[in-house]
Amino acid sequence: MSNAAVLINNLGFTYPRQSTPCFSKLNIEVLEGERFGLFGPNGAGKTTLMNCMTGLLQFQEGSIQLLGHEITHHKKSINKLFGFVPQEFSFYQELSPAENLAFFGAWSGLQKQEIKNKTTELLEVLGLADVRNKKVQEFSGGMKRRVNLAIGVIHNPKILVLDEPTVGVDVHTRHAIVNYLKKLNENGTTLIYTSHQLNEAEDLCNMVALIDDGKIIAHDTLNQLLLDHKEDGLEGLFINLTGKSYRDS
Amino acid sequence: MFKLWSTILKDIRILTRDKLGLIFMFVMPIVLAIVITAVQNSTFEMLNTNTVPMLLCNRDTGDAGKQLEAAITKVGMFDLKQVTPNVTDKEISNRMHAKDAVIAIIIPADFTSKIKQKANETAAKALRNFGLQTDSLKTGNSTIQPITLLYHPVLQESFRHSIQGALRSALQMVQSREVLKSMYFSINEKQLPDSLENELLSNQVAINEIPVSRDGSRNIPNASQHNVPAWTVFAMFFIVISLGSSVVREKLNGSFVRLKTLPTNYLVALISKQLTYLFVTFVQAAVVFSIGIWLFPSMGLPKLNLPADITGVVIVTLICGWCAVSYAIMIGVFAKTQEQANGIGAVSIVLMAAVGGLLVPSFAMPESFQFVMKLSPLHWCLEAYYGLFLEGGKLKDVVLNILPLLGITFVIQLITLYGLKRKNLI
Repeated sequence: MSNAAVLINNLGFTYPRQSTPCFSKLNIEVLEGERFGLFGPNGAGKTTLMNCMTGLLQFQEGSIQLLGHEITHHKKSINKLFGFVPQEFSFYQELSPAENLAFFGAWSGLQKQEIKNKTTELLEVLGLADVRNKKVQEFSGGMKRRVNLAIGVIHNPKILVLDEPTVGVDVHTRHAIVNYLKKLNENGTTLIYTSHQLNEAEDLCNMVALIDDGKIIAHDTLNQLLLDHKEDGLEGLFINLTGKSYRDS
Repeated sequence: MFKLWSTILKDIRILTRDKLGLIFMFVMPIVLAIVITAVQNSTFEMLNTNTVPMLLCNRDTGDAGKQLEAAITKVGMFDLKQVTPNVTDKEISNRMHAKDAVIAIIIPADFTSKIKQKANETAAKALRNFGLQTDSLKTGNSTIQPITLLYHPVLQESFRHSIQGALRSALQMVQSREVLKSMYFSINEKQLPDSLENELLSNQVAINEIPVSRDGSRNIPNASQHNVPAWTVFAMFFIVISLGSSVVREKLNGSFVRLKTLPTNYLVALISKQLTYLFVTFVQAAVVFSIGIWLFPSMGLPKLNLPADITGVVIVTLICGWCAVSYAIMIGVFAKTQEQANGIGAVSIVLMAAVGGLLVPSFAMPESFQFVMKLSPLHWCLEAYYGLFLEGGKLKDVVLNILPLLGITFVIQLITLYGLKRKNLI
């Protein structure tokens, strides 16, 4: 039986100066080794939930455990357990990929030789070896996405949280990123992923949760959900469960 | 330690790739120090060695007018350009508008006769007070038509006052000579001998100028001694443009979000920034001082003389730099955009420089500003440097300037930590 990589119990979170809670008594469990996809319309609470999981936001009620460790308060020791790939390019554009990895590797707790080895490996796997010393600001959007991903995984995290890791990239880059993520998962990394690219999600995720208006409205394996709702794809399931109206207007 | 070193390396790399920031940090203080020293030095030279162009229209035909001309020439401060007596006041004004001269003096037509009349009256009064009777002199209370001094509006008030002082001295000389001649003639019934006149009227007491220095040296402070430390302090604090923006950029560009999810405290980043930019401020000071020592003389500017206590200069530079860096980080932490950091940072530095005594000497600051002045870190930096550079003091002599500076730095650091905590950044 698998252990929980992420266990969320009765989570309650309200943004400052807002009266309506974003989440109230939200429960979810992600098991170790899963490729977990969290989907929902704009404003449903996906990014907020990820920010609570990574300690970027401090929730008011309930608890979140990462591999059995409580993160009631943002504790730096827990941060070693997960890697985070934010939606924005979260690195220094003035630096090269190698320089970025050297800095973020050190901040992730790695030593010099480990950083060196891991940098060579990651740049090779993600097709950035030839531009390892070029400034990232000269890169295309796809290359920047790969740098963003490389930084998130440099310390071999047990859990990898990805917030729309392939937004704005071409088919080749998306394919490369998804394949790399699958490979990471095969090596034991639990993936927690959110995206609006539902075709990509079908390819990547084996467990899916749909969130709408701060509530989990479906949570199961992708195949079971499609079977239950008589849909042949994630997009149909998404429309079926969340409706067709705009959510961010 | 490895994390700190990696962060310092990252900060140095980003800093060296920010060309505009480097220009602000190194070229700006060099340009400021050269330009301001050159301007102030030329003002000193104009007052001390060069001459001020002056139009002189002597409408008087007597001796006194000529004596006044000679006395004005003897002052040595003016480059006299004679104007014929028939030129009108209006024409003289026009020539001044054409920048022929910045000042003009018009000696009235009856100057000699009036001066003599006044001198005779004064002499008669004096002789009567001495108990001597004279038939040749009559007492009276006549007035002398004033000498007209025209000046160009660009002439600063302090400069105009020094010109007025020089003219009064020349006039006093002419009047005294006439009174003396008159008294001598009344008593002796013959002309005052030239040798006695010179002896009586020449200045017998010389003025020996001695700067009050702590080390007993008699180096007279020059424009470089005043300006180089002052504008070095200004440049150090102007690091807010580069460092403040760097902090804001880091907050905005997303790397900050990632840093918060890593198992390292953001204080490491703050310490790294402080160390990196402290080094930068130290290099700034070293560069500007080097230019003052080696480049200024070849540019015709006075050489900067380093104080004897080099350790004191190093320590004061480090403390000033630390305060400047702390201030820049505080601005960066509270600013929401780079524009805010640049705008607030630059304006606040100029204001603090103004109230701190960089633009106007602190002793000339109005009473109401004395308290505000003491709140400006630039004031304490400047006082500490002046204690070393101008007064020839040692580190122990400027401790009382360093302590308030450390206090202000400590308060700035506390405010920064509060800001980081309030924004959930640490």
